[in-house]
Amino acid sequence: MSLRSPLGRVLGLGSAKGGSGHWYSQRVTAVALVILGCWFIASLALLGAGAPYAAVVGWLHSPFSAVMALLLVAVAAYHAQLGLQVVLEDYISDKGTRLVVLVALKFALVVAALIGLLAVLRIAFGAQA
Amino acid sequence: MAQPERPLSPFMQYRWQYTNTLSILHRITGILLSLCFFVLVYWLAAAASGPERYSAALATIGSPLVRLLLIGGLFSFSYHLLNGIRHLFWDAGYGFELPIARKTGWAAAIGAVVLTAVLWIVLGASLGGAA
Repeated sequence: MSLRSPLGRVLGLGSAKGGSGHWYSQRVTAVALVILGCWFIASLALLGAGAPYAAVVGWLHSPFSAVMALLLVAVAAYHAQLGLQVVLEDYISDKGTRLVVLVALKFALVVAALIGLLAVLRIAFGAQA
Repeated sequence: MAQPERPLSPFMQYRWQYTNTLSILHRITGILLSLCFFVLVYWLAAAASGPERYSAALATIGSPLVRLLLIGGLFSFSYHLLNGIRHLFWDAGYGFELPIARKTGWAAAIGAVVLTAVLWIVLGASLGGAA
């Protein structure tokens, strides 16, 4: 049984376009974030009251912490993009506005993610505080 | 004169109940966590820019508005985590039966409040409280 309409088949359009990939990525990043999120909260607690500068730098100097922090920033940005996209698609009905807002969202999250990744790498490869 | 019975659009007859409350809460907490992501990036960038910038950033993070966001962030993290696990079980095909869905929904809601309280005790000082 095909879920595609005759018109969709003729025009070469699938029933859901990229929907299943979006859905699957959201679930995979969710599973990763269960681990990364709990790790981050535990790390914050271990940094101690006020998260002193030396503690943060020392924390990200450990290769394990640096890799986990890089993963957290990248995966959280991707998961946020996927989730916010669904929310925006639900509430913005005008196609033009929707496209502009979704592209702006992607730009904002990619820029923020790169800043976060660079910051972690700078601390990881930088001098010990 | 009485109005004739007419079909209503689905959203007009949808009764407010626990399912859609928990569902919209998942969205709201997701949006709040996205905002917290930007605070995380700001915090990391400040730490990478040296001790002076870092202490200035801590003062900003400790300001009432950002602190309020981060307290909301603690609840959002707790709820989105627990309800997200609930969603993952649904996606795998488990937990759809009404009594089970009701129980897990309550567990996610109450668990989130408890977890928020625990995180507040553990992390309250780290989130600009004592800085």
